[in-house]
Amino acid sequence: MLAEFGYGVLVVSFLVTVYSGVAAFFGVRKNSASLIESARRAQLLTFPLITVSSFVLIYLLVNNHFEVSFAYEVTSRSMPTYLKITAWWGGQAGSLLFWSWLLAAFTSLVTLRKWDRDIEFLPWVIVVSAITLAFFLFMIIFHENPFTRYWLVAGNVVESMFKPTVEATIFTPENGRGLNPLLRHPGMIIHPPMLYLGFVSYVIPYSFAIAALITGRTDDRWTRITRRWSLWAWLFLSFGLVLGGRWAYDVLGWGGYWGWDPVEIAAFMPWLTGTAFLHSVMIQEKRGMLKQWNMVLIILTYALVIFGTFLTRSGVLSSVHSFANSPIGPFFMGFVTLTLVVSVYLLIRRWNDLRSETEMKSMLSREALFLLNNLLFIGILVVCFWGVIYPLISELATGFKVTVGPPYYERATGPLFAGLLFLMAVAPFSAWGHSTLQTLGKAIWKSTLASFVLTIILFFTYTQNLYAIIGFFLVALAIFSTLHEFWRGTIARQKTQNENFFTALSNLMMRNRRRYGGYIIHISMALMAIGILGIELFQKETQGTVAAGEALNVGNYTVEYRELASWDVPSDDVNYTRAVLDIYENGIYLGQLYPRIDYFYDAEQTMTIPGQRSTFRDDLYILLVDWQPASNTGATFKIYVNPLVNWLWIGSLLFLLGIIFAAWPDKELEPVKVKPSAQQTSAAD
Amino acid sequence: MSEIVERKSVPLWIQIIVWVLLAGLLVLVGSTLSKRQQGSIRPGDTIPDFSLTLFSGYEFEGKSEVRLSDFAGKIVVLNFWASWCKPCEQEAAELEEAWKFYNGDVMFLGADYVDTEPEARTYLKKFQITYPNGPDLRTQLSQMFRIRGVPETYFIDQQGVLYYVKVGPFLSLDEIKSIIEQKLQ
Amino acid sequence: MKQNKLRITLYALLLTILFSTLSIQFAYAQDDIPTDDEVNEVAKGLYCPVCENTPLDVCPTEACKQWRDVIRTQLAEGKTKEEIEQYFVDYYGDRVLAEPPRTGLNWLVYILPPAVILLGAVLLFKNFQAWTKPKKTESVSSQERSASSSSDKYISQIEEELKKRK
Repeated sequence: MLAEFGYGVLVVSFLVTVYSGVAAFFGVRKNSASLIESARRAQLLTFPLITVSSFVLIYLLVNNHFEVSFAYEVTSRSMPTYLKITAWWGGQAGSLLFWSWLLAAFTSLVTLRKWDRDIEFLPWVIVVSAITLAFFLFMIIFHENPFTRYWLVAGNVVESMFKPTVEATIFTPENGRGLNPLLRHPGMIIHPPMLYLGFVSYVIPYSFAIAALITGRTDDRWTRITRRWSLWAWLFLSFGLVLGGRWAYDVLGWGGYWGWDPVEIAAFMPWLTGTAFLHSVMIQEKRGMLKQWNMVLIILTYALVIFGTFLTRSGVLSSVHSFANSPIGPFFMGFVTLTLVVSVYLLIRRWNDLRSETEMKSMLSREALFLLNNLLFIGILVVCFWGVIYPLISELATGFKVTVGPPYYERATGPLFAGLLFLMAVAPFSAWGHSTLQTLGKAIWKSTLASFVLTIILFFTYTQNLYAIIGFFLVALAIFSTLHEFWRGTIARQKTQNENFFTALSNLMMRNRRRYGGYIIHISMALMAIGILGIELFQKETQGTVAAGEALNVGNYTVEYRELASWDVPSDDVNYTRAVLDIYENGIYLGQLYPRIDYFYDAEQTMTIPGQRSTFRDDLYILLVDWQPASNTGATFKIYVNPLVNWLWIGSLLFLLGIIFAAWPDKELEPVKVKPSAQQTSAAD
Repeated sequence: MSEIVERKSVPLWIQIIVWVLLAGLLVLVGSTLSKRQQGSIRPGDTIPDFSLTLFSGYEFEGKSEVRLSDFAGKIVVLNFWASWCKPCEQEAAELEEAWKFYNGDVMFLGADYVDTEPEARTYLKKFQITYPNGPDLRTQLSQMFRIRGVPETYFIDQQGVLYYVKVGPFLSLDEIKSIIEQKLQ
Repeated sequence: MKQNKLRITLYALLLTILFSTLSIQFAYAQDDIPTDDEVNEVAKGLYCPVCENTPLDVCPTEACKQWRDVIRTQLAEGKTKEEIEQYFVDYYGDRVLAEPPRTGLNWLVYILPPAVILLGAVLLFKNFQAWTKPKKTESVSSQERSASSSSDKYISQIEEELKKRK
């Protein structure tokens, strides 16, 4: 009964969504305010409707309703309740519902706030997001329905939404298969929703961009309205990517955080264009240039979101992340085609209206450097896109699959990332409008000198590796230059405002959050680069089989195998095998590590949990690879020493602080009339 | 797609390039998608001639490589397997029995899918398999048949037309026989 | 006596046959068994043919263990990394390599991205020139202005921005 109710509500929300899109379209065509208002109300109705449907699904998941196929696939009796809730996005059907729910929520937020101010865009925003939402709901209702149940028909189990025959009875399996063990990790609970939040948030700037193209109001309005949206979208996407890296490091058991897997790249590509957009949109705001380019970037970002989702969900690309082959492919393909064709068509039609207001004056001006930054980001995008697409071309042309793996990406993107680090160091010193080599040099020589000194010290004390030296130099240059920029601004303020240093610094930063939040992000990026350089260039590893009491050596570390135990925990439905290892560094005892192998009975899958010891200098990361159950004397371990990798996580934390600082809502600067009623409702949700 | 409003703004040749690239991308992805959705070769398809290199000791009449065309006029049973595949073991003995039962009137071929030779030989020995077997080199055969996994068995009739596909292991000798009898005169 | 000699030659013959068939296993049993690290060194550059996108050195499945043993056996036979890679390509196809081999169509992988980036750079540079050229005189004068009073200018710029914000 409940499943039918959930499904019914979903069907209703689909119809309401379609209505809101159609009403908005005709309302704006016929210039009918009442029709547009009706569209808006219908749109606002979608969010509570989808929420109800989602609650029904969560209820079914939490209460072991295994007759519902989705509950059977992603939950089991032994899973704790919080995991059962997060199983909502643990499978294809549920995650599509989650996605729709977010989309409805975001669109409602937009139409609730500032309806009167943005009235010329909002009907079109409703049209665009209604098409998207209707598409996702359609896929759920007709292809990936999370509410289908198992029925017993003449002794056979059949999956169907409604009673297939008159005498059919509901079939309830004893226990569900349970969530994939790899997904039962705290990082996994927030990693996918963060990515989805990021993906879905980009629908809003895209909708406004399309609205601007359709209405011909191609001035700065749409970027000003969506500035904060694109910043938040970028925040969620970045957060999702970082969490994914940490999750891989903790769970996947290969001593790394990023494997250049097609699905990872599919999530990384919109981030690249989104980052380029964040930079170039500033040029539009400050100098009135690059309107065409910004439009291209935001459309590209959204297209990459949809395209990436399509590639990984339709089974075109397969990897550890992707959902199993699914029937939504052709339909999704149609949607991708529609999105791309309409966007490109509108863009070409309005191209001339998007001309710049002013012109570039100097090749060293900040806007010029931002353009270089855009070139590098797009370069990385080209490398990634081609690496994902080429295997398809090869398979189609020659009939054979090929792998385009990490060596390709590392070689191709390495210099581009180095270029970005360099720009990070230089850009803060260049002025809008014009700069010369002389002014730039004058500003940057101090941090250059400091970086040189530091690099020389590193050369004699730490490493002689050429790539590492270049990398560390650029990292130092970026950090010193950015810190210098903080310093200059603070001193300048101190002089003119008569404030003490800290007041001056905090006022400086608070008065221009986006700029100084951006600089914090730059510093954090440089810190992350330290971690990446460390693990990529200096990672050491060894593998060996040892008996109890024997030791393995790697770097300065000695790892001595003590004992191993294997036991069942029936309440978790898991078998744990845990090794105990003594760790020594240069002969000094440091403590014990416990690498584990967990075997999940319900999912029939193992998971390797590393034993980790992290310091600022390096991580000792030990995997239990194999053991001999009979004699219980020998076990195989794989040991990694990952130098400096902790800086990656430290950088990530700072990075999040930086974005939140930059994106935190200011008090409203523009006078806006907002209906008191609308204000109230927006505060309520 | 073709209704581009003619404006002076974007040069026509750039528009054409953009549309061609976009169309190319969509065609590429679309055809890959349709290939993925197709699944394996379907009954009724004529099977193009293929060759299978054989393990030494599992040759056919002294030849270390056989072609489908060598067996024109015979039913050919092509079985994909691997030594690491547990379900394959269920049907291994039955396949060998069926091979012996038809005594050469029906051709059995085993294609060893991404496997290592020592393990494959151990497997063949363990189940005392005697019909021609060989590695699926460069996964050419499995890609041609677009197999989804192992075991999978393809029944090709006397005219070289596929008439039955079995996904997963056979449950009994009778099951194999009944499929063969459909086409055996 | 003669019979004895015959018997010895027979034994010798048998032994050589035994030796030759068992030579692989013998190499295994000797001291120079390749270590896990040596095996992983080769496996790192190869991709598991059944699990998608997983390097062979970290793939946990049973099939991958077998492939690592193949690498071990071949290393013991004295094969080089390249020969083993070639063996894997012959058996399992190009997709076991971390990168497509540099032949035929595959050159596209290596040529296209740099070409596109170069094209982008050229386009950008052309646009820069188009943007900057007509304004040459103006930009020179502004350069002079900025060079003479860069630090003062900076402070006033910040102040200007701060005022705007207030």
